[in-house]
Amino acid sequence: MFDIAKYYEAKTLEDALSYLKANPDVRVIAGGTDVLLRIREGKISNAHLMGISFIFALKTITEDEQGNLHIGPMMTFTAIEENEIILKHIPILAEAVGAIGGPQIRNVATIGGNVCNGATSADSASSLFCLNARLKIQTADSSRLVPISEFYVGPGKVILQPGELVTDIIIEKKDYDGYTGTYKKFAQRSAMDIATIGCAVILKHDGKTISDIRIGLGVAAPTPIRCTDAENIGRGMTISPENIDAMAKATITNMRARDSWRGSKTFREHLVYELTKRAVKKLVGLPEEE
Amino acid sequence: MEQTISFTINDEQRTMVIHPGQSLLELIREDLGLTGAKQGCGVGECGACAVLVNGQAVDSCLYLAAWADGKTVVTVEGLSQYGELTNMQKAFVEGGAVQCGFCTPGIIMTATEMEARDRNYTEADIKRALSGHLCRCTGYTKIVEATKKGLENVGKCSCDHE
Repeated sequence: MFDIAKYYEAKTLEDALSYLKANPDVRVIAGGTDVLLRIREGKISNAHLMGISFIFALKTITEDEQGNLHIGPMMTFTAIEENEIILKHIPILAEAVGAIGGPQIRNVATIGGNVCNGATSADSASSLFCLNARLKIQTADSSRLVPISEFYVGPGKVILQPGELVTDIIIEKKDYDGYTGTYKKFAQRSAMDIATIGCAVILKHDGKTISDIRIGLGVAAPTPIRCTDAENIGRGMTISPENIDAMAKATITNMRARDSWRGSKTFREHLVYELTKRAVKKLVGLPEEE
Repeated sequence: MEQTISFTINDEQRTMVIHPGQSLLELIREDLGLTGAKQGCGVGECGACAVLVNGQAVDSCLYLAAWADGKTVVTVEGLSQYGELTNMQKAFVEGGAVQCGFCTPGIIMTATEMEARDRNYTEADIKRALSGHLCRCTGYTKIVEATKKGLENVGKCSCDHE
C-alpha cells in the first residue's frame, strides 16, 4: 500500500488546472514511475496526489501549420518511440526515450514526468535541450512559454510554481529541419539503468563542413546542460577526425560533473569527450572508433 | 478515502471499491485472489508483477489501482482458454523455460504482448523486449529460445538459426 492520503483524478485540462489552483499543496503524478518510487522509499508520506493520465488533451503529438511539433507531456515513451511524426522529424527523441528503463516502464512513464521530475539523468532531457524545446506552462488563469534551458534550476528542482502544469512541449521547425541527431548513453547495463552520462548531438553538415551543431548532456552537471563552448568550435568547422577530437575535448569547460558511486568526475569527463566524438563521427559518416 | 472503479479483468467486468494507495498488484492479488503476478522488487526493476493493461505490459507494483478504471487488465490466469494453454505458454513449458517459476507469469505477459503486435522480432529485439524482467535462476537462454519459438509459431520471428 502506498502512503497516499488523498487522490484526485483530473478528467480534463480545465479540471486539472482548477484543482491545482484550489489545492496548491497537491503533487501531480504522471506515469508514477518516479513519484510512486519515492512514496515507496518513504521520501514522500501522506501524499496528496492529482492524476492526469486520463486527460486526452495531454496525450497527442501534432505538427502544426508552421511545421512546429507539439508533444503532449503525457505521451508515454513507448508511444513516442512509435510515433510517426517523431520518427520522421526528430528520431533522436525516439532513440533517447528508447534508452529508458525497460518496456514495462516505457509503457507507463511519460516525457512530461521525465522532465518535470528535474533529474539531470533524464534521458529525454539532453535531446530536448539540443532541440531547443520550449515548455508551455499553464495555470487556471495564465500561460507562459519557457525554454527548457531555463526550466531546470538545480538537482531535482524545476521552475514550476504551485498551481502550474506543463501542458505542451514545443519544438520549432527551424530547430529540427535539416538536422540529424543521435543520443549516446553510457550506463553500467544496456537496459534498466540510469545514465552515468547521456550525450545528445544534433548537427547540420554538407559532408565537408559542419554548419551548425548542438550538444546536450545529462549527468554532466547538476542539471542537463548544453556544451556551448564546444558548439562554438564546431559551428563552421571543417570535418576531420582531428577537428572533431579538438571540439569534443572542449566539452569539459561547460561541465560540472561530480563524483558518485556510478562514476567519478574524471570518468564522466572522459565519457563526455568520447561520446561526443563518437556521436559527431557517426552523424558525419566517419568510423566511430579509431 | 475510497473510490470505485470499473474495469475488465480476464474477460470479466468488475466494479470494485479501492483505496487510493492501492497498487494494481495489491488489487489483483489480495482482493481478487489472482496470485499469478508476483511482487518481487516492488520498484519496477524485476517485472515479476507484469500484467497487460489495454494490451501493454506494465509493472503492476508501480501502477495505481485507480488507473485501471475503464481499462482491460489481463493476468497470466486469463490467458488459457478452456484449460488449453496458449501458444506462448506451451512454448515455455516445452522449451524448459520455467525453473522456479517466480518470474514466469510476468515474462509470459510481455511475450504475449509481443505475440499480439503487428511486427517481426530479431533475437536482439526479443532480448530488448524482455530486458525488464529478471530471472534469478538465470535461465535466460531458454527463456529467449522459448519466446523465439512462440513468435515463430505465429510467423513473427526473423531470427537466424544456427
